[in-house]
Amino acid sequence: MYYIIMIIGAVFVNNIILAQFLGACPFIGVSNKVSTATGMGLAVLFVMTIATLFTSLINNYFLIPLGLQFLQTITFILVIAALVQMVEMILKKISPTLYQALGVFLPLITTNCAVLGVAILVTMKGYSLIDSTLYAIFSAVGFAIAIIIFAGIREQLDLVGTPKGVQGVPIALITAGILALAFMGFANLV
Amino acid sequence: MSKLSIVTKGFIKENPTLVLVLGTCPALAVTTSVENGIGMGLATTFVLVLSNMFISLLRKITPNEVRIPIFIVVIATFVSIVDLLIQGFVPALAESLGLFIPLIVVNCIVLGRAEAFASKNGVFDSMLDGLGMGIGFTIALVIIGTIREILGSGSILGYEIPFMKGNEILIFVLAPGAFFVFGYVIALTRAFQKK
Repeated sequence: MYYIIMIIGAVFVNNIILAQFLGACPFIGVSNKVSTATGMGLAVLFVMTIATLFTSLINNYFLIPLGLQFLQTITFILVIAALVQMVEMILKKISPTLYQALGVFLPLITTNCAVLGVAILVTMKGYSLIDSTLYAIFSAVGFAIAIIIFAGIREQLDLVGTPKGVQGVPIALITAGILALAFMGFANLV
Repeated sequence: MSKLSIVTKGFIKENPTLVLVLGTCPALAVTTSVENGIGMGLATTFVLVLSNMFISLLRKITPNEVRIPIFIVVIATFVSIVDLLIQGFVPALAESLGLFIPLIVVNCIVLGRAEAFASKNGVFDSMLDGLGMGIGFTIALVIIGTIREILGSGSILGYEIPFMKGNEILIFVLAPGAFFVFGYVIALTRAFQKK
């Protein structure tokens, strides 16, 4: 039951973009087409899971025992940057098809605040290793769901005439607002 | 380019948030009140000025291939300093900004200025550029924060506004309001710039 509540909470109620505003840059930036949005969503899922697993390991077994929590930000961002590079190289060797699908999105993820955000968030919440990893997976699923829905809406939006003043980013933000309004409907679910 | 225009270009003409649409996460997340906006803006300005200065100092000895990791380490160092300072001296602000102080590291504005300006220009110019961009970011946060605080909680800087209090539109301090206000503020900035 505890896990069901955590999963619904991470995917819908506290949706990482629409309720916590983490990862807003790629959410606005790479959501023009459903196909690119899906690629970005999968890349985030991949990196966020691995990154959170590694950062919680480092935090629990290295930083906390040595009393070095003040180095958390620096360590985490370096671990994430290194991991992204490594994932990119490994994917290139092992699975060229997956690399082709996710390749272009991987470098962008280093500066995606959702990845660092979730890594810090789980240490703030004091989750155990398993809880942290699960939370990361389902936060990323929430990110993917939100960005794919949003890209679908934006594809339709291109076909209708919007007033000149709000074309581009403003109308995207306003649409995201309406989507956030819809997601607020999940608020009482847990 | 004159020294003054290096500072002032970040205010409106190249405002990092309203024109270039960088740093959207904090612009959406911490603007529930003007006070939070100012706090976040000043913290980011501090990081921008010092990281720009340091990166500019190191620009001649930074190998081109590993410049991004070096930038990130410099930025992360200053962010950690700001984080600890805020926790030590203004714990209330640390409480309300929370997660978003360490997240200054991944604010695209800071890395963007390091790459676009500080790695190519002198130390003093880079500091001025950081200052200008930081102030521009603060201006954007204050504008969004003002609108959201007046409409959403009927007050400004914590002082109640007679008619607005009691007629609050709660949605503006919640998540959807952030997106709406930010969207319209960008649209308005564009309209002003065309003139």
